[in-house]
Amino acid sequence: MSLLSRASGRTLGRVPGRGRVNTRRPVRFTFDGRSFEGFEGDTLASALLANGVHLMGRSFKYHRPRGPISAGSDEPNAVVAVGSGPALQTPNLVATQVEVYDGLTAQSQNRFPCLQFDMGAVNNLASPLIPSGFYYKTFMWPRNFWTKVYEPIIRRSAGLGVAPTAPDPDHYAFQYTFCDVLVAGGGPAGLAAALTAAKAGAEVMLADETAEFGGSLLFDRASRIDGLPASEWVERTVAELKKLPNVRMFTRTTVFNYGPHNMVALNERLTDHLSAPNPATPRERLWQVRAKQVVIASGAIERPLVFEGNDRPGVMLASAAQTYLNRYGVACGRRAVIATADDSAYRVALDLLEAGVKIAAIVDIRPKPDSELFRKAKAAGITVLTNSTVQRAHGSQRIHSVELAPVLPGGDVGEGKNHRCDLLLMAGGWTPSLHLFSQSKGKVVYNAELDTYLPGESAQAERSTGSCRGLYDLGEVLADGLKAGVAAAKDAGFEGEVDLPLWEVTSDAIGRGGFTGALPRRGKGLTAMAFVDYQNDVTAKDVKLAVREGFRSIEHIKRYTTTGMATDQGKTSNLNALGIASSALGRPKQQIGLTTFRAPYTPVTFGAFSGHERGDLFDPDRRTPIDPWARSKGAVFEDVSLWRRARYFPQPGEDMDAAVARECLAVRKSVGIFDATTLGKIEVVGPDAAEFMNRMYVNGWTKLGVGKCRYGLMCRENGFVYDDGVVGRIAKDRFHVTTTTGGAAGVLNMMEDYLQTEWQDLNVWLTSTSEEWAVIAVQGPKAREVLAPLVDGLDISHATMPHMSVVEGTIGGIPMRLFRVSFSGELGFEVNVPPSRALEVWERIWEAGKPYDMTPYGTETMHVLRAEKGYIIVGQETDGTATPADAGCGWAVSKLKKDFVGKRSLALPAMQDPDRYQLVGLYTEAPQEVLEEGAQLVASPNEVIPMNKIGHVTSSYHSATLGRSIALAMVSGGRARMGQTLYVPMEDKVIPVTVTSPVFYDAEGARLNV
Amino acid sequence: MLLIRCPYCGERAEVEFSNGGEAHIDRPRDPMSLTDEEWAQFLYMRDNPKGLIAERWRHAHGCNRFFNAIRDTRTDRFVVTYEIGQPRPEVTPEQAAEAAR
Repeated sequence: MSLLSRASGRTLGRVPGRGRVNTRRPVRFTFDGRSFEGFEGDTLASALLANGVHLMGRSFKYHRPRGPISAGSDEPNAVVAVGSGPALQTPNLVATQVEVYDGLTAQSQNRFPCLQFDMGAVNNLASPLIPSGFYYKTFMWPRNFWTKVYEPIIRRSAGLGVAPTAPDPDHYAFQYTFCDVLVAGGGPAGLAAALTAAKAGAEVMLADETAEFGGSLLFDRASRIDGLPASEWVERTVAELKKLPNVRMFTRTTVFNYGPHNMVALNERLTDHLSAPNPATPRERLWQVRAKQVVIASGAIERPLVFEGNDRPGVMLASAAQTYLNRYGVACGRRAVIATADDSAYRVALDLLEAGVKIAAIVDIRPKPDSELFRKAKAAGITVLTNSTVQRAHGSQRIHSVELAPVLPGGDVGEGKNHRCDLLLMAGGWTPSLHLFSQSKGKVVYNAELDTYLPGESAQAERSTGSCRGLYDLGEVLADGLKAGVAAAKDAGFEGEVDLPLWEVTSDAIGRGGFTGALPRRGKGLTAMAFVDYQNDVTAKDVKLAVREGFRSIEHIKRYTTTGMATDQGKTSNLNALGIASSALGRPKQQIGLTTFRAPYTPVTFGAFSGHERGDLFDPDRRTPIDPWARSKGAVFEDVSLWRRARYFPQPGEDMDAAVARECLAVRKSVGIFDATTLGKIEVVGPDAAEFMNRMYVNGWTKLGVGKCRYGLMCRENGFVYDDGVVGRIAKDRFHVTTTTGGAAGVLNMMEDYLQTEWQDLNVWLTSTSEEWAVIAVQGPKAREVLAPLVDGLDISHATMPHMSVVEGTIGGIPMRLFRVSFSGELGFEVNVPPSRALEVWERIWEAGKPYDMTPYGTETMHVLRAEKGYIIVGQETDGTATPADAGCGWAVSKLKKDFVGKRSLALPAMQDPDRYQLVGLYTEAPQEVLEEGAQLVASPNEVIPMNKIGHVTSSYHSATLGRSIALAMVSGGRARMGQTLYVPMEDKVIPVTVTSPVFYDAEGARLNV
Repeated sequence: MLLIRCPYCGERAEVEFSNGGEAHIDRPRDPMSLTDEEWAQFLYMRDNPKGLIAERWRHAHGCNRFFNAIRDTRTDRFVVTYEIGQPRPEVTPEQAAEAAR
């Protein structure tokens, strides 16, 4: 009597009493808008199959109707989108992994207008015209049609799902962790290994990509372990592991990448299976695990057989049908034909028969299969055709019959006969899952006896166990897992004796079997649609075509045909492609080799990789203590390296140009206040501090008096300007060094490098003090009048404190280093105070400045003021190829020192070349014309393209002070060109400019020395 | 991600370090006495071996100290790390074979 529920049943394929789904918890979901019922514990695929739905997708290139062939992460066909809307729809998930919940919405992909009637299917009729390489060969002409016409059309008609377009509302987490033994895979071998490794005392992590531990045992009804049915043994073992405090267990967690030095990445999916997840729970968590030892227990994947129509809905792997029946309680058809090259399919036949599925025939490619299972099947009355093959599966959106034919002596195929069926199962043998082993850089080795590749010598601290290393007998697998766990723990330093459990195992005896390549066919025609790589629509004839067109390396064949390159990473296709290539090339498989397995093992969302690093956390701002004040004054900000800096302070109605002009004039006329906190600062201290400075900087430091400052210029060893900044000598053995905002870390690094690795004779300490000092610049003719009353009795008169001097004191009781320096060309001070007190000091200065109409200014005004004075900005005027002399700073280079970093390079002949680019000023003929920074300079406006470039504009502004535009430029032999007219060719015009001194304002420096 | 043994701090993840190029290239004591050719050799010429290289590393996000390491460029396996100033250690054939594995 059939156990299959008939018309009365809510779902066609559900088998009462079978499976691990919770039949007391029905859930409703939609697929392509139609509502279906499933049970808690179902995958989308199992629930649809239970409803008699096999058609779940359209193929990539030919738009052929497709159903699931597998029940796990190796699924190439049943690719769907889950969720809806521009933010929430996740494309390219496999229905065999998506767990159903109440309210799930899923859509099929790559079809228009609908799955049952897809216009793109005309590609299928045209398939003889579009073999591998078709796009490369056909759409090459005319050249510009590729990007504009062909590619967009091809992309729309081929391809997978649609990427979401709106920001992802979910959040993702990231975590580093360590363990002694990481076990990848929670099947029988993985469970056994985790158990013994944990009992040896190791910290164990055990991860499985599915919702439950157990692997193959969850669909194995035949085996008994330690007197228990396999699934009950799983429950007992999982419960035992859960009690151990040194075991962390992860389901729905894929070990997807095996990196160098045993760094392994796991992706844990926390909420995708829930209908109402806690919003505080991240959707996914990416784990980066540094494991002392890794046990790979990734199992084996059943191989499809390659024959015409092997992609039709209703054709699936035998183990998949067994999984749907025993794990999900779903019969995938009513009348099955089983095509096999392996003994395990006979057990599937017996399981299906017991559940009421008719077995029309088993067709075995092997001439003389003989095993206990074979005899059991015969005894059960199943028709077994040996030494026979599948010629073709008939049916479009679901198969209705299959042609079976005998293999004749000599390898040809005889007349076939059609057998009615709605389910055709394929059992091509097992492919050990080598992805993680291969990612760990281990070399795979061909095993002739098993006709497959197995893990070779380990390249890292890992070992493979169970069927991923070619063991298929359950007793052997469990024993191997136990041993692997003990050995891994031992190698991780846990040497204690472990009592190995003595499990008695009874299971089917599985003999040798398996087939790789394409099944034999009648005749030699190449027209059949026999698929090797389902997801990329690669057929057996495509692989043969690649060989015929001259491709010899398997890596080239892979790229030409795209076999194994889809999101399933060739899990079901690699060995068959290899088999076909091997026979087409007439070379044995071991001489051809496998293509490299790439991470990730299965697709990982971008969300998991970005983790918390999005939005404000993507690139956090560094903010100065003055930032809130600037915001309260309506400052416009800009990013300078990591810092957020006030660019200008617009008053109502002002644009940037107007604000900057006002700010500039205010500084020149009275006084301005500027936040210079972002300057890099380094404290150089020690008995040899001056000698160290002598060696690092081009300037001389020995004679710099305490309390004095000097403009310091630093080169790399190659003689090119690296950084600059004012340096104050605080004491004989103590320098307060400033650097550019962006250069602080690099300068300290370079100093440390020389100090630690070259000049260990020097007694010097370096400390980054960038975060210890906030800097308030007060610049302008009234600067002294503003500050003098605030600095607690310090004499800051010109006589006592001239330009380029530094003094320590207090400001309102707060410790201060006061520098008299200027980057504006005006009388100026820089007040250095601890950041915690900086805002308070700033506000005090601001109050004191009110009678002088003190004006806050930003980086834009700072730039204009310094350009008017011809002060360079490293990285703007210089570009890593400018010497100090090129940048107009030759005066800073000490002639007396025997050596400093860069000195020898500056003596090279190329550095003396009079045609080197040199810093000059430029005046446009039209005073209001502002050049574009980066614009090129040429000698003649009549040059033909390509013109001979002789320089470029580095800085360009409108100067309110001068009432005209100014520019700085690096020009070949520039200093010898004073007064010359050069030209700036632009798209729509040519702008004549006159070469002039780079100092546009107060050339004699009178305004500094007051 | 590589695991690198800082001689001062122990094993740390690669993200804490920055690579400082080839090791054991001493800055000449008196650069001005060198010919242009000799100076260019010091400044620009570096080995690019397929195999063992002695190179400088800095524990940038740790103790901030430089140290030297011998690494196989083909496998990224480290043979040894050692302090600045120490001579390049001898690598036994067994060590080299292990690093190349």
